[in-house]
This record gives sequence, C-alpha cells and structure tokens, in this order.
Amino acid sequence: MDMEREEKLYMISAIVEHKPGVLHTISNMFRRRGFNIESISVGVSEEPDLARMTITIKGDEVVVEQLVKQLRKIISVVRVSILDPKHTVARELALIKVNTPDSKTRSDVINYTEIFKGHIVDVAHDSLIIEMTGDSEKINAFIDLMKPFGIKEIARTGIAALPRGMRSTRME
Amino acid sequence: MVLMSGAKALIEALKKENVKVIFGIPGGAILPVYDELSKESDINHILVRHEQCAAHAADGYARASGQVGVCMATSGPGATNLVTGIATAYMDSSPVVAITGQVPRTLIGKDAFQEADIIGITTPITKFNFQINRVSEIPGIIKTAFYIASTGRRGPVLIDVPRDVQTEEADVEFNDEIRLRSYKPIYEPHPLQVEKAAQLLIEAERPVIVAGGGVIASNACQELVALAEFLPAPVATTLMGKGAISENHPLSVGMLGMHGTVAANHLVQDADVLLAVGMRFSDRTTGNLKTFCPNGKIIHIDIDASEIGKNIRPHVPIVADAKRALRAIYQRLVEKAQKKEKTAWLRRMQELKEMQEEVVKSNVGGDGIKPPALMVEIRKILPNDAIITTEVGQNQMWAALYLKVYKPRAFISSGGLGTMGFGFPAAIGAKVACPSVPVVDIAGDGSFIMTEQDLATSVAWKIPVIVIVLNNSVLGMVAQWQRLFYGRRYFAVHLGGIPDFVKLAEAYGAQGIRVQSLEEFRRALKTALNSDVTTVIDVPISSEENVLPMVPPGQDIRNLMLS
Ligand SMILES: Cc1ncc(C[n+]2csc(CCOP(=O)(O)OP(=O)(O)O)c2C)c(N)n1
Repeated sequence: MDMEREEKLYMISAIVEHKPGVLHTISNMFRRRGFNIESISVGVSEEPDLARMTITIKGDEVVVEQLVKQLRKIISVVRVSILDPKHTVARELALIKVNTPDSKTRSDVINYTEIFKGHIVDVAHDSLIIEMTGDSEKINAFIDLMKPFGIKEIARTGIAALPRGMRSTRME
Repeated sequence: MVLMSGAKALIEALKKENVKVIFGIPGGAILPVYDELSKESDINHILVRHEQCAAHAADGYARASGQVGVCMATSGPGATNLVTGIATAYMDSSPVVAITGQVPRTLIGKDAFQEADIIGITTPITKFNFQINRVSEIPGIIKTAFYIASTGRRGPVLIDVPRDVQTEEADVEFNDEIRLRSYKPIYEPHPLQVEKAAQLLIEAERPVIVAGGGVIASNACQELVALAEFLPAPVATTLMGKGAISENHPLSVGMLGMHGTVAANHLVQDADVLLAVGMRFSDRTTGNLKTFCPNGKIIHIDIDASEIGKNIRPHVPIVADAKRALRAIYQRLVEKAQKKEKTAWLRRMQELKEMQEEVVKSNVGGDGIKPPALMVEIRKILPNDAIITTEVGQNQMWAALYLKVYKPRAFISSGGLGTMGFGFPAAIGAKVACPSVPVVDIAGDGSFIMTEQDLATSVAWKIPVIVIVLNNSVLGMVAQWQRLFYGRRYFAVHLGGIPDFVKLAEAYGAQGIRVQSLEEFRRALKTALNSDVTTVIDVPISSEENVLPMVPPGQDIRNLMLS
C-alpha cells in the first residue's frame, strides 16, 4: 500500500476518560514508542467524565496512522480522530511577558498588541504581560515581533481544536 | 447489596470468575486478603518462593489451559518482584491477573514503608491496571479485569488494592455488568477484506501460511489446517505459534526466523502470497525487514489493529479474531472452488524439508550427547500430549527446532521477552492446570539457576514436573554469539560454581539423575515420568555446541548458517 511519507503537522483529537493516570498512560506510550509530540493540550470536554486531548505531531502518514492505532488500543481512550486542517478551528493561547523599560517601547508594544487583537493583562513598571490567542502562526509571528523588545517569559497552552460546523469528533 | 469487607468482596469476586488457584506470597499490605483466603475452600493458594515465579506460574497456567492465571503479592518488593513475570506475559499476550497489596490510601505518595508505585511501573507492561479506591468498586473492577485480560488480544491486568480498602466494610453489589466505554475488541473480519484475501489465495501459485501465537490463543488450529490443506500451502510457525499445526503434518515446515528451518525460511522468501495470522513480524521472525518475503503479497490477520502496519504494510489487512477470519476465508475459497495447480511448489517444499533433515542428521553424530539428538529422544519417549516448557537460550532454540510438537498449548516458551528462569515456574503452572499430563522444562544451567528455588514449591505442593538441564557450564547462547560474531572472545559466560544439580534436587527433596549417554537418558526420563516427585535430569553437553541453522542478526533469512 502506498502511503504518504512526507512529513507534515497533524492534529489529533482524542476523547479520554477524565481520570487520574490517563495522561500518564498516554504520554508514557508516546515516549515508549518514540512519537515526537509537538504539543498536547487537555481539558474537560462537554461530558464531565471525559476529557478532550488535542495532540499535534509532525510526521508522515505511516507514523500518524500508527499513533492513532496505539491511542485507540489504550483502554481509557474513548475516541480518536485525525482532524482535517481545512475543516478545523485550531487555537492556542500564549502569555508573553515583554520588557518595556521606557514609554516608547511601552506604546510600541501596546500598538502591536492591538493590531494583533491581543490583550494586556498585567502592567508593571518595566514589563507587560500580553494575552494572545489565535492559530500558532499568528502567535509565532507576534512573538517574533516582540523579540527585539526583549521577551522575559512565555507560556503557551498548545493547540486546542474542534472540527467546524456539523462535523464532529464524536463520529469516527 | 451485602455488607462485607473489601478482602471478602475480592475473594467473592474471584470465585465468580471461577478462579481455582492463586500463586503468591503474602506480606503486610495484602494480609487481610490472605486472611479471607485462609477461610476459602474453593480457591487453592500455592505458596511460591519468589514472586517472579508466581507470575510465571500463573502465565504457564494460562498458556496451558487458555484460562486466566492469577498471582498475588504484597506491596513494594512483592509487587516489583512480579514485574518480570508481568512483562513476559504482556509480550506473549498471555491472560494473567496480578493482584498486589498497597499501603493504605492515606499513605500513598508519602513513601510509606514498602510503598512502590506499581501502577506507574506496570503501565507499559500491562494491558490495563486498576488501583481500587472504594470497596464498592471491587466486584466491577475484578469482573472488568478478567474480561480485559481474556478478550481481544489477551494480556496481563494488574489490580492494586490498598490495605485499608481490604479491611473497610461496605455494601457491595455483584452483577455481571462490565462498564467500559470504548473497549470493544473487534472479532468479525470485514467481508470485503475476506474477499480480497480469498482472491489473492486463489491466484497464488506459491502460497505460504505463517501462524503465530494468536492462532493458538483463538483456538483456530483446526481452521488453520483446513485452509492449508485446501490450498494446499506449507505452514511455517513463529516460536509462539509452535503447535498450531502438528509438526507431523505433511504441510508443516517448522519455525521461521533467526533459528528457522531451511524449509520455512526459504519458502517464505519465495512465496507469492503470504498469509500471516496472529503474528507480529518481530525482528527474530523476519530478519532484515527490507528483504523479507520480497515478491509476496501479504495478508495480515491480527486482532490488534496496531499490529497491522507496525512492522510491515500488508496488501490485505484484516483486523479480526484469527478463528473467524480463517473460517471466513476458507468458506469463500470453498464457494469459489478454484485454485492454482501447485505440484512444483509442493515438490520444492519437500526438497527443502529433506535438506532440513540433512541438517538434523549432520548435527546428531559425534562424541557425547548432542542436543538435537536429545530432543529427538525426548519426543520418542514423551506421550503426544505432554507439555514442554523451555528456558531461554540454546536450550529453547534446540527445543523449538528439533522437538516436534503435535498439539496447541503443548509448547510454552518466553518468546517476546526471552526471560531466563521462565520455563521452570511456567512448568509448575502448566502442571497445576493439567495435572494428568507430563510437563517437561527443557532448561539451560544458567536459566535454571535463576528460578531453581521453586523446586521447594513443586515438592511442597506435590506438583511433579521434569527439568532436563542441558548442562554446558556456560551461558550457551551468549557464548555462541561470542564464538560466531565476536572472534571467540568469551567473556562473562563461563558459569563457575554451578551446583551439582543432582544434589541440589535432593536437597529440596526432589529427585536428581545425572546421565552420560543417550541410553542413560532414556532410562532417566522414563523413571522421571513414573515418579510422583519432581525430577531434575542433569545432561552434561559440550560448551562448544552451536544452535543451527542460524541467520546472523539483521540479515536476509535465506542466509542460513548450517555448520
Ligand atoms: C533474565 C535474562 N537475563 C539475561 C538474558 C540474556 N541471555 C540470553 S540467552 C542467555 C544464556 C542462557 O544460558 P543457559 O540458560 O545456560 O542456556 P543455554 O543457552 O546454555 O542453553 C543469556 C544470558 C536473558 N535472556 N534473560
């Protein structure tokens, strides 16, 4: 069977039992089988006893197919689907602390934040914290823009994603 | 609803699963369960001498009987001693339930005395594991654990029971409900895939079947043979599949892989269609993957979807129970009633099988007792239904190559993990499962020393088994690699201080016999078969023997070294 061996970024949505140890089981499997994960985000889903996990991985079709099968094999994993980027809303949240030693840099940073539709969520004498959501490209672009000002700290959540409209990760 | 302690609920739940025997060792954190067990006449507890042996015995019991084997240990060191046995069962998909004591809930995470994170430790080597938090969960968890262990691709499940959950009293309800949101092992093959497989097999001129342990696990041996005979196609097996087809059957060509037979290795490489069933294309079976079955279309049947495409991408994947898939393909073939003429292919099989016989003969003569000849002798003396277990190393491969097995579940060996010390406790477990059948462990001296202390278990519990020690005074298989691939630079393979196995056996109250010739061996084995105590037969062999044929690691499986 021919399969694409070209590397690209895949998003995988997994509904898992919301119980202690499940995240350990899954991340342990990734480590053991040598899957190189770009990001994982987890949070409770629409059903309180289930959590939704969004996994992004760079790999080819063969690797991703094996990852999905290994995920499905874990007994606490309820559903797994590969998200089609064309029909998926994918967002990430980043908190970025930037140096603002003088009023000039401060107003530059505020301007850029507005252009990117971010929010200033903390103000200190010589720094600001910006909250930025969007797809990863937008966040990367914003971070690049902030670098010359001097970034003190970054916290990113990793990607959370849902299929658009009527498509649902409930169906396989 | 009935008010009872957690320990009592656990025992009641085990009885509902029809558990007849538990192999284990008690300790503080599991004592309440042992106290309940002491009042229980329906479940027999067999006290072993090392928890590793409890797990291997439960595994041997499971492999011989097809039923779930159960082992039990205390927290901390008791639980960690089970680990090798659990990993062994996991690699070979054997249904074992391990029950461990744990420190009280309030002390978990506090590094309490004899606390080990056995849930964390066993996550990658169990099919699933549970820590019980409430007494009321016990019936459901036990039921679910046995269900998971014994369905789909079978495997070990561990249940960790904090001590205070064992003593607490609560209302418990026993029902047959299994609450699993997603676990639905796929059994039925997809008709479209069955059709594709049937079509490939109809067109095949040089078909070969490779049967793995999954064929035995799903009791699909009759279906396997029926399909092979219909085509007809030679049947090779993996180590785990040994016994899936009687090795007396004209279509049986023996084991495939690193120590495969001439016939199995060449036929698989020449095949135009390969039907692989219940096997996982391990490196020991395929050799160099890139040159494996180079011109063949591969049909891969496995119950574990993640096995399909993991090592080899098949042309026709079938995720299903082996029995149902083989039956469905067979039915389609019978309906279509066509097949290719295969006289030349079967003649080729015959030629290759004769070449293999030549290898056996050339490895038989000479001074002293030759292991291949010994295997042939053992087969002649043992009844057909005898169960053979093995240790790991040369002993295991000689048994796999030269000791013919006629029935499923009659050959029990640690294939995936290759655990030295497995064969003897597994033999004890198999004997408990099948008391009327002789059970023989083919051992190496190095392996036997690893679990020899359980001679005490076999004597104390009157579980007579036979251990045949191929005593070469070395870690033979490692020595073979050093001889063949490391310029004879022998290092750390000479076993100084090997005990006198006859005296060792006698020290435990077992019987020990040393033999110097095949004639003496025959007599010793017959004595052992008629004995009601465990017998260790010490068979001195040369430390320079090689197991042949052999394919150097990573090479094309046609590159067989024959001498
Ligand atoms: C627990 C364990 N430790 C180490 C090994 C590596 N190993 C594989 S075969 C072997 C030698 C086995 O020696 P012996 O039991 O005497 O059998 P022989 O090969 O001589 O028949 C060793 C050390 C292993 N498979 N298992």
